[in-house]
Amino acid sequence: MSSAIEAQQPAAQPIASPAQRRGASPNWLRSLRSRRLRPAIVPAAILVLVVLSAVFAPWIAPYDPDALDMSMALGDPNATNWLGTDQLGRDQLSRLLYGGRATLLVSGVSTFGIVVIGLVVGLVAGYFGGRTDLLISTLLTVLLALPSLLLSLAILGILGPGNESLLIALVAAGWAGHARIFRASVLSLREQVYIEAAVSLGGQSTRILFRHLLPNLLPTVIVLATLDFGALLLTVSSLSFLGLGVQPPTSDWGVMLNDARTYFSQVPMLMIVPGVCIAAVALSSNLLGDALRDMIDAGHR
Amino acid sequence: MGKYLLSRLAAALPTLFLLTFVCFALTTAARGDPAVEALRQGGQEPTPEAVAAYREKLGLNDPLPVRYVRWLGGLTRGDLGTSFLSQRSVSEIIGERIEPTLRLGLSAFAVTSILGIGLGVVFGLTAGSRLDHGGRIVSLLLAAVPSFWLALLLVTFVSEKARLLPVAGYGGIQHLILPVLALSCGPAAGLMRITRGAVIEVWRQDYVRTARAKGLPQGFVVLRHALPNAMLPVVTLLGLRFGQLLAGAVVIEAIFSWPGLGSALILAISGRDLPVIGAYVLLAGVAFVIVNLLTDLSYGLLDPRVRLGARDGGR
Repeated sequence: MSSAIEAQQPAAQPIASPAQRRGASPNWLRSLRSRRLRPAIVPAAILVLVVLSAVFAPWIAPYDPDALDMSMALGDPNATNWLGTDQLGRDQLSRLLYGGRATLLVSGVSTFGIVVIGLVVGLVAGYFGGRTDLLISTLLTVLLALPSLLLSLAILGILGPGNESLLIALVAAGWAGHARIFRASVLSLREQVYIEAAVSLGGQSTRILFRHLLPNLLPTVIVLATLDFGALLLTVSSLSFLGLGVQPPTSDWGVMLNDARTYFSQVPMLMIVPGVCIAAVALSSNLLGDALRDMIDAGHR
Repeated sequence: MGKYLLSRLAAALPTLFLLTFVCFALTTAARGDPAVEALRQGGQEPTPEAVAAYREKLGLNDPLPVRYVRWLGGLTRGDLGTSFLSQRSVSEIIGERIEPTLRLGLSAFAVTSILGIGLGVVFGLTAGSRLDHGGRIVSLLLAAVPSFWLALLLVTFVSEKARLLPVAGYGGIQHLILPVLALSCGPAAGLMRITRGAVIEVWRQDYVRTARAKGLPQGFVVLRHALPNAMLPVVTLLGLRFGQLLAGAVVIEAIFSWPGLGSALILAISGRDLPVIGAYVLLAGVAFVIVNLLTDLSYGLLDPRVRLGARDGGR
C-alpha cells in the first residue's frame, strides 16, 4: 500500500490543496454533487454517526453501562433492552455506546500521534537531507524490519499492560511507515521550481517547511490518516480482546467480546453486535480513504 | 547472483544487529528491578539479600555494554536466557513451541497464497463481471473484519453449534482447519486485490494480445505469458503479508489454545516475562528479514530484465 502512495507522489503538483479549495462555498457545493465525491458520502456518514453516538453516549444510552441485574442476565433483544443483556445483566446497547468511546478515542489519538510524528520526522529527513537523513533512514529501516503489531506487543511487554502504554505502543510502532512515505514525498517536492524559488529568495527553513511543503503533503496526510484509523481500530480491539489493550474499569468493543466469550453459543448477539461495529467502522474508514485517494488523484490529473 | 546475494545480506546486517540491540534492551530495560521481578514470581516479596545474590548471579551489576556483549555471546550458543515465570531456559521453551507455530504459519501462508493469487487471477480475467463485483465486496469485507472475530464466529458456528470441527486444541488436520482459515482470510483478501490489478494490467499488454490472437489456449497464455509478469508486485506484497500472518498468529493461537510461540508470548506479556518476549521478537524479526530477503531474490527469477547486481538497497 505504501508503495502505491509513493508512486502517486510525483504527481503532487503545487496546486491548491482540498483544504484551500474547500474555502469557497460554491465550489464546495458543486464538488459535493460531483460523481467523484459520491463513494465517500456513505462511509463518511457512518463514521460521523458512530463518532457522534460515542460522544453523546451519556445522553443517548438508555441505562448505566455498568449497572448489574442478574435477573436479566443473557436476555434476548426486547423492548427494554434493544440489543439484549450480557452475562451480568448489563444493557448491551449502553455498553456498546460507552465502549465505542474508548475504542474510537484510543484509535483516534494514536492515529493523530502517528501522523504528526511521521510528518515531522519525514519533513526533517526529506528537507534537510545529508547526515540527518542518513541517520533517520537507517532508524526507519530497522523499525520497519519488524511487523508493527509485534513491535506494539514488545513495547507493551516492557511497559506492562495499561492505557498509556497502549497509546505509546501503538504510536511507537506506527510512525516509521509514515515518516518513510512523507520523506519520499518531500524529496520529490524539493525538486519543484517553486521550492527552489523560495530557497533562492532566502526563505527561512521553517517558513518553507510549513508554508510550502506542508500544504502539499496534506492530501496524502488525510488519506493515510483515514486508512490508519481503520487499521488501528482493528489492532486496538485485537489487543483489548487479548486483555492487553484498554484496561478495566474502562471497557471497549474488544473487551466486550472477551468478557462474553463463554456465552457466545448461547447468545450469539453478544458476539455479533460488537464485532459488526468494529467491522463497520474499519470498512467505512477503508472505503473513505480509498474514495479520498481517488478524488485527490483525479484532482491532480 | 552470488554478488547480489552478498550485498543484500550485507544490507540486512545492520538491521539484524539493531534487532539484537532492541531485544537486549527488552530483556533489561524493564520498569523496576528485573531481579525483584524474577524472584517475586514465587508470590512473596523477596529479601534484599536474595535480590543481591540473584543480581550477582545474573551479572546485573556489570555495566550495560558488558552485559550486551555477554548476551550476544550467549545468543551465538543458542542461550536466550531464563524465563522469569517458569525458570526454564528460553531456548527450551521455544524449542518445544516452534513446531506448532511453524505448522500453523506455513499452512496459513500456503492458503493465503493459493486463495489470494488464484482468486485474484480469476477476478482479474473476469474484470467487470458480476463475479468480479461479488469478489470485490467479499474482499473489502474480509479486509475490515478483525481476524480474532472471524475466529470467534467460526468457533461458535462451526464447532459449537454445528459440531463439525473441534473448538480448540492441537492435533490432526481437523484442529488445523479453523485457525488457518481465520488467519488467512484477511491477508488473502489484500493479496487478491493486488493480484487482480496486476493481471488486468498485464492482460492489456500487446504481447498477451499477440499470444491470444495467434490462437494459444487461454490457460497457456495465462500461465506462461501473463502470470510471470503479473507476479512481481504480488511477490512483494506476499513478503509483507508474512509479517501480518506472524502477528495475526499470536491472536489466533490464543483463541484456539494452540500450543505455539504466540500463546507463549501472550502469557509472557501478561506475566512480564521479558526474556521470553525478547526472544520472540528476535525470532520474528529474523524470520521477517529472511522472508523479505527471499522476496528480493525472487525478482531475478521472475523477471530476467531485473539485473540484480545493479540494484541498490531498495527493499
